[in-house]
Amino acid sequence: MSHKTAYSCLALIAASLLSSSAFSQPEPIRIGFMTVRSGALAAGGKQMEEGLNYCLQERGGQMAGRKVELIAVDTGGQPATTRTRAQELVERSKVHAIIGPLAAFEALAIDDYIKQVGVPVVSPSAAAEDMTQRKPNPWFVRAVGTSAQANHALGEYAAKEMKLKRVATIGDDFAFGHETTAGFQRTFEENGGKVVKKLWPPLNVADYGSFISQLPTDVDAIFASFAGGNGLRFLQQYAEYGSPVKVIAHMTTVDEGILKSMGQEAVGVISSGWYSATQDAPGNKEFAEGMRKAYGADPGYYSVGAYTACAFVDAAAKAIEGKVEDKDAFMKALRSVKLDNGPLGKVSLDELGNPIMDVTIRKTEMKDGRLQNVVIKTYPAVTQFWTYDPKEFLANPVYTRDYPPAKNLGN
Amino acid sequence: MAFWASQSLNSLALGGLLFMLAAGFSLIFGLMRVANLAHGALFMLGAYVGLASVQAGLNFWLAALVAALAVGVAGGLIERFLLRRLQGRTLPQVLLTLGLAFIIADACLMVWGGDPMRLPPPEELRGAVRLGDLAFPRYRLFVMGASCAIGIGLWLLIERTRIGAMIRAAVDDMQMARAIGISASALFSAVFCLGAALAGIGGVLGGPILSVYPGLDADMLPLALLVVILGGAGSLLGAFIGAYLIGFVYTFGQALVPDLAYVILFLPMVAVLAIAPNGLFGRRLS
Repeated sequence: MSHKTAYSCLALIAASLLSSSAFSQPEPIRIGFMTVRSGALAAGGKQMEEGLNYCLQERGGQMAGRKVELIAVDTGGQPATTRTRAQELVERSKVHAIIGPLAAFEALAIDDYIKQVGVPVVSPSAAAEDMTQRKPNPWFVRAVGTSAQANHALGEYAAKEMKLKRVATIGDDFAFGHETTAGFQRTFEENGGKVVKKLWPPLNVADYGSFISQLPTDVDAIFASFAGGNGLRFLQQYAEYGSPVKVIAHMTTVDEGILKSMGQEAVGVISSGWYSATQDAPGNKEFAEGMRKAYGADPGYYSVGAYTACAFVDAAAKAIEGKVEDKDAFMKALRSVKLDNGPLGKVSLDELGNPIMDVTIRKTEMKDGRLQNVVIKTYPAVTQFWTYDPKEFLANPVYTRDYPPAKNLGN
Repeated sequence: MAFWASQSLNSLALGGLLFMLAAGFSLIFGLMRVANLAHGALFMLGAYVGLASVQAGLNFWLAALVAALAVGVAGGLIERFLLRRLQGRTLPQVLLTLGLAFIIADACLMVWGGDPMRLPPPEELRGAVRLGDLAFPRYRLFVMGASCAIGIGLWLLIERTRIGAMIRAAVDDMQMARAIGISASALFSAVFCLGAALAGIGGVLGGPILSVYPGLDADMLPLALLVVILGGAGSLLGAFIGAYLIGFVYTFGQALVPDLAYVILFLPMVAVLAIAPNGLFGRRLS
């Protein structure tokens, strides 16, 4: 064999190897990620990105042996933009799944669209009750609890273990604030407590002074439910007025994401939630330490939501051996996801696509030079229905400002 | 009783803050006929610069000074190098300030991140003053005093100094003022600097109450516009009265009829515009 033919032989072999490997190399799994990079919600968006990137790095950028291509889009926190971005992701980028969006009103804006095109969506943070209750969407599951999921536990704990009798509530005047407060009120009053006053400051109120002056000082505690940066502002202003009464709170009020900006005013706040950077869930220690190392701060609501959403997608992709093109099988796998360890520890989804997970009662303390939510009690495997029968629960109206009715106002 | 007293004090504190914000806006609008839509952003920039200075180890008062200077200089640069090129063309000028508002807001987001941050009040002003069953934050009392001091200072500047006389003349009749040798160019820069510096110091003083977060600009700008429309553009007294009026309406509206708080906030504006289109203390601007 002459040199020439030998070389051409080699070239031929090489070429065939190359093309066959290119042929067998599967396409990447394309995941759309709807985040917020501008405007008032940008802080949450950034934390979501951190959680998601951490999850992908941990998996070497692969899921079920396929490379992952992440296509991130900025919704600006605007429902109309969210809708267009979702369409871009599905129709132009042809994504296999979407992680996002951030806010419940954004998720509602794409509710019809995702039903229509049938794309699996995992929500990392939208907590609106009815999305997994009275108006479930077959293509939607979430990696966070419902608004009230953790507060049912807090209501019971406040009445039974803290022995609080009379409580006044204050919460953001939008669905999230209403639902979180309603969940607390329901179990608190069913266990013998009384909610004697409810205040609803507008979401973008500049000054809480006029509300704080109205908070009674002769109650056993104030229940506070604030989202985003409002918890920081409320607690700071409440402290200025001398913090006359103990504060108990929904998890986002003292979330790790804003806890790092808080000071002495947050110490002693009792809250409930499904995540605390200190919680003793299998896998959380490594996760929290890793996140702290990578981003210099404790993970919180948004980063854990995005991380868990990504872990759900990963687990579902593995269950169907990476064949994410089969949308129905992918969605089915997603709905039956079970994780044994990670920030949330054991977590699985109920029939409506909402996580069943441990809920903890925490106390905010200054430890190791930073504020932390230290777990004082764990309620295992809490569902969105708490201890109620799901059928009965769903037969009632969704939680609102006035449901369940507060019968003890003014007492 | 405690309710009324406490809410009145709250109204005064908010009014004081609004005055610092609106005084600059009103001065600029009165003199240059430019509705400076970047004013909220300058307020926020002041808060962030103040916060960064405190984090760098300065005390609160020095931080407030640094912020006022920094934002004042920024305002001067905006006037010199941007607004000046569009002189006499009101609409492009307004659009320019709107664009600047977005740019400043996004720059703040880039530099300081989106996390809301708290600007602690100076040590000596922490805690509450107690009077019977009334507890009121010491810092808010200080804000009231500071805004009155700034108000008096501005009044002296405008009514009792040569520069003030020049500003008043130019507000009333620009052409005539020029004809008697007042340099409009220098005056414009000076007033824009002053207005921006006021917004900046307002941002720092507001920080401990409002905290510092992206979106602070958009929350404050409409209130500044309200105050100026109500009080009358270009009038210091108007800004002062308007700010306290809005402070009261906003606070009591929210406390008494929370569901209608925003309606009540805008009602006085509608009423004033219907009766006195130039605002309570405004003169007809040519």
